[in-house]
Amino acid sequence: MTAITHRPLGGHIVTKPFLILGVFVLIAAYFILRRFLFGMGDVSNMSNGYPIGTWVVLDVVIGTAFGCGGFAMALLIYIFNRKAYHPLMRPALLGGVFGYTLAGLAVMIDLGRYWNAFNLLMPWYAQPNSVIFEVALCVMAYITVLWLEFWPAFLERIPSEFKQRFGLDKLYVFLKRYMYVLVALGVLLPTMHQSSLGSVLLILGYKLSPLWNTTWLPLLYLISALAMGYGVVMLEATLVNRAFKTPSEAALFARLARVAAGLLVGFLLLRWGDLTYRGHLGLAFVGDWDGNLFLIETVLFLAPIFVLLSRRRASQRWQFLAAVCLLAAGSLYRLDSYLMAVQPGNGWTYFPSAPELLITIGVVCLEIMLYLLFIKTLPVLPGSTAESHGRPS
Amino acid sequence: MDMSRRQFLRGAAGAVATAAAAPVAEAAAPFAPREPKQLPPKAIGMLYDSTQCIGCKACVAACKEANGKPVEQPQHLAQWNEGAWDTAEDISGKTLNVIRVYQNGAMAEKDREVNGYAFVKRHCLHCVDPSCISVCPVSAMQKNPVTGIVTHNPDACIGCRYCVYGCPFNVPHYQFDEPFGRIAKCQLCSHLLAENPLFSSRDNAAVAAQAGTSATALWKKSRIPACCDVCPTGASLFGWVEELQAEAERRLALKPGEMYEFPRGLLGGDRPAQAAPIGHYQPHIYGEQESGGTQVRYLTGVPHEKLGLPKLPDHSFAAVSEGMQHTLYKGLIAPVALLGGLVFLARRNAREDDERKNDEERPS
Repeated sequence: MTAITHRPLGGHIVTKPFLILGVFVLIAAYFILRRFLFGMGDVSNMSNGYPIGTWVVLDVVIGTAFGCGGFAMALLIYIFNRKAYHPLMRPALLGGVFGYTLAGLAVMIDLGRYWNAFNLLMPWYAQPNSVIFEVALCVMAYITVLWLEFWPAFLERIPSEFKQRFGLDKLYVFLKRYMYVLVALGVLLPTMHQSSLGSVLLILGYKLSPLWNTTWLPLLYLISALAMGYGVVMLEATLVNRAFKTPSEAALFARLARVAAGLLVGFLLLRWGDLTYRGHLGLAFVGDWDGNLFLIETVLFLAPIFVLLSRRRASQRWQFLAAVCLLAAGSLYRLDSYLMAVQPGNGWTYFPSAPELLITIGVVCLEIMLYLLFIKTLPVLPGSTAESHGRPS
Repeated sequence: MDMSRRQFLRGAAGAVATAAAAPVAEAAAPFAPREPKQLPPKAIGMLYDSTQCIGCKACVAACKEANGKPVEQPQHLAQWNEGAWDTAEDISGKTLNVIRVYQNGAMAEKDREVNGYAFVKRHCLHCVDPSCISVCPVSAMQKNPVTGIVTHNPDACIGCRYCVYGCPFNVPHYQFDEPFGRIAKCQLCSHLLAENPLFSSRDNAAVAAQAGTSATALWKKSRIPACCDVCPTGASLFGWVEELQAEAERRLALKPGEMYEFPRGLLGGDRPAQAAPIGHYQPHIYGEQESGGTQVRYLTGVPHEKLGLPKLPDHSFAAVSEGMQHTLYKGLIAPVALLGGLVFLARRNAREDDERKNDEERPS
């Protein structure tokens, strides 16, 4: 195989799905405006018992895990030197770019005193004991790294005479030469903040059920982030493949499936082993809210393992189902540990309001719109031309 | 059971490096909690005696006045008395201190668990090792190194609300109904205490000499937190934490029903005491050990869990969380080493790739 070539998909940008997504973005924009004019209570059901709602949990805690495709593939391709997966890198990276950038946007909506947000960067306000401080700095740095990693895709699109005039070709060569530094940072930073998203929960103490609250939270969060990264790469590639009739990568995914399944097995072993050792496993079977959530999670984690380790993994349909299951499992794990298994006591309850959810949905829709725009106009997807892959175009 | 787990944690600390490789069951905790924090040298705080509280809520009104907080009515109570009554149900973004009532069955007798009722005061307990300070990413929460009062700086605060999420007592509250909301919490009326230099210095004599008067005179005109200032029975008592602890132990040691002179306002102050019978106390001083210790003490007639005071371990969850962070990020050694390894591998693999590309290009 020669070097990977990428090409823009082309085609109309303003399509029917694009417009439908746009409607949801506009609805979200309306409620976001209301949030800034009248306060968070106007659109959200968050309370002082549940001060962390869907904006953080769905858009940031789960959203960034969906954005871990770039992280997971970079680890496999550049660190473990599995170059066969290279065609999957750029689309995964683009997913990461938007997953993380829009998580950043969601944070700005969620911050109660957003005009002070720059205090995070002021050394005299720094609080290195804070897990959230580490997550915030790490995510900000990673968003920058993601855009820099993606920058060559823009530069390849710029006409060469224009590039020469502004010295952009030199920038392109520079970025390509030192890309390994960005790649290393692009693996280190998510390792740090995805594990820290788990450490954040240690402060909850008795509020979080022992089924989730363990000192192994950072490792569990890191493994689940990687597994979800591979899941999202499989999901996204299958969808793009079906929607735009690009060549199938099913054979490549059959191998990736084993990696993902291995991570899930490790996750379950660690989780169940730890629960057994701490003597809290019995809580899973008492039939209450927390126990049942735990069992549903476990079933969702087990299902993709069986599919991905069986012969079915060669089938694109089963790959797709397994990926959906895996992402649902990882998402539910995060949703439970941040919200559903948290009991602040004193009669507090929480269910998101419609406007609150519509803001979250709008952010996701914006993510998909931008993704479509980028793969159509920029060289992101692997070229399907004969000279690059040896397949008929 | 707690002790044995802690001993285990300590033992496991040495094995951090091998923990990941060891069988899961062998390595139950990958790190040790941070060392517990100590009570500040001149820690001040409060003793709340639920059996002495008559539920008059003078402290709630005084707190609002002292801290400039508005009257609060939940929607379903807003019509009461033309909205003139403060009907706060719990502490909130507008209410820093509130009296709540425990009710059971016929509510026939005060401070009895079954068919009884009891009052409890809700506000910040000013933890020795506060979770809110540990989670705050911008140092907006601060603990005074001398008095131990936990204060909040709205100019630093970004409104992320992790202090609300992490507080074991659910104390800091964000003003969700304001476009520019703040975090609200009891700061032990530190703006009133600031008028008396005795509350911020370690050396009473030096402070008195500087002010050109005696320490006793300074005490007499000192201002104290509004809730303790107005409490008619001495149920809310202000003072030095160590003295409050001794006072609580003294009350616990007495026989229920025995007459006792309950100090009012400031412990060791010169207000007349309130004579009343000693209550039927639960044999536990809440706040002494909870969550690594706090600067507020509770004496109650009914079990504290019934009053919304959660059962907590005697270590702070902040020590667990920070123990983890300090293990993983000590001196940034692990992240830097990891980055070094990643750069090396990424570079080597990228170079191999280039060489392969060159080889392929050469024949053509």
